[in-house]
Amino acid sequence: MSDVNTADPAGARAHARAMAGTQVESMPTVPAIEARDRPEGVPAEAMLWAETIAAGGYASKRLDRGARLRFLDLAGDACLSMLVFSAERPVERLNVADTLKVQWNAYLGQGRLILSDMGKVLLSILEDDAQTHDAFCGASNAASNARRYGEDDNWGPHPNARDRFALGVAKFGLGRKDIHPCINWFKGVRIAADGGTVAEIGPFAPGRRLTLRAEMDVIVVLANCPHVLDERAAYTVTPARALAWRGAPAPLDDPIRNATPEGLRAFLNVEEDLRR
Amino acid sequence: MTTSAIVLDEIVPARAPWDAVVRKGQTLRIVDLEGNQAVDFLMYALADDAERYSAQDTIAAQGNIFLRDGARLLSNEGRLMATVSATSVDYHDTIGGACSCESNTLRYGHHTKAQHACVENFLQANARHGRGKRDMVSNINWFMNVPVEADGALGIVDGISAPGLFVEIRAEMDLVAVVSNCPQINNPCNGFNPTPVRMIISG
Repeated sequence: MSDVNTADPAGARAHARAMAGTQVESMPTVPAIEARDRPEGVPAEAMLWAETIAAGGYASKRLDRGARLRFLDLAGDACLSMLVFSAERPVERLNVADTLKVQWNAYLGQGRLILSDMGKVLLSILEDDAQTHDAFCGASNAASNARRYGEDDNWGPHPNARDRFALGVAKFGLGRKDIHPCINWFKGVRIAADGGTVAEIGPFAPGRRLTLRAEMDVIVVLANCPHVLDERAAYTVTPARALAWRGAPAPLDDPIRNATPEGLRAFLNVEEDLRR
Repeated sequence: MTTSAIVLDEIVPARAPWDAVVRKGQTLRIVDLEGNQAVDFLMYALADDAERYSAQDTIAAQGNIFLRDGARLLSNEGRLMATVSATSVDYHDTIGGACSCESNTLRYGHHTKAQHACVENFLQANARHGRGKRDMVSNINWFMNVPVEADGALGIVDGISAPGLFVEIRAEMDLVAVVSNCPQINNPCNGFNPTPVRMIISG
């Protein structure tokens, strides 16, 4: 670095500008229309977001109703913990208990809905070839990471999901009280007959994917940290890819919209709220 | 058994909210006076109410969705808030959440929109202390039965409590307990008949 002059603003500016074009594994593609892994059939101009979320990293994004949101478990060890807020009124947010209870089912997968605490559908699951997800065990936190890895902070090598969420929600003006119970994608928890949690940690085949559709204008906040039931001694997590593109809201004859009477009412409540 | 002074002994009417401070070391006993009355329960750290009960942390740490005798009830910061120190009912629920006017419209139809609900009770009780909707998180349902079957089927089914059965927790930090004595009449969580419960704080 001895040939770099950063002793004056012009030199410092030249040094800074020389970094342009650097590619690293975990970064957003801006503009997203230039993403090389654009989904088949999606025109470039429809792309809204393309970002690789680092192992231990986080991201937050606002998406309009109708947008498709795809997550890819690039190397088989991603654990994407997700919070969801109404973009219009963030005090409306994901309710994990209602999501399970209203659908009479403990497990998330293709065709299931992600419900808000106001009787509305935030997201629906269009496709899911992972089938190992978790609505029970939530985010790691400073205490759980410190216990397992001896260290836990955002500025260190072993960030925890809760502290990642704190940064993600802060970017939208939200705080600690807004970090609600979350959903973990790609790492699974099943419930045994005695109520016991059975973790499905993998590692799994690379490239598993999940595609969601925004049914309201939403803010999603993601943290990619090891699952709280992951017993491996090393902090083990691999990058996740997020892709989003513009799409039409669910039509009235949409099969997911009409799959159950409870789910249909969640769509009706959204549609009613949007009548202006 | 050591004798300890009763600090508070109150009846919560059917369908009503209730809240109280429970100091570290005190116990809170909830008595299901008439049987199968769901008692929706949240708690907040008295010193910092952004720290509150976390169903997900509690489930992950104990490796089970049911709250049984000895269960350690954790906060969203992973700290021990309270311990189930006694229960005469085998297990209690922490995945079913609270009923709300809005979720009732999904579960039963829009004719239930105007019925009283647990979220209404929680909002009313919390509003007196400056807390609001952001402070709603997944709660405990004492005396409520929510099994998960092998295929993932999940639902609120007939209770396993009976008149006079109780649960007792010991506070491991100073905390605020907030209760909704569940008014739900559309499922068996209250035997389709909401009834009073008794709250006893000792220590």
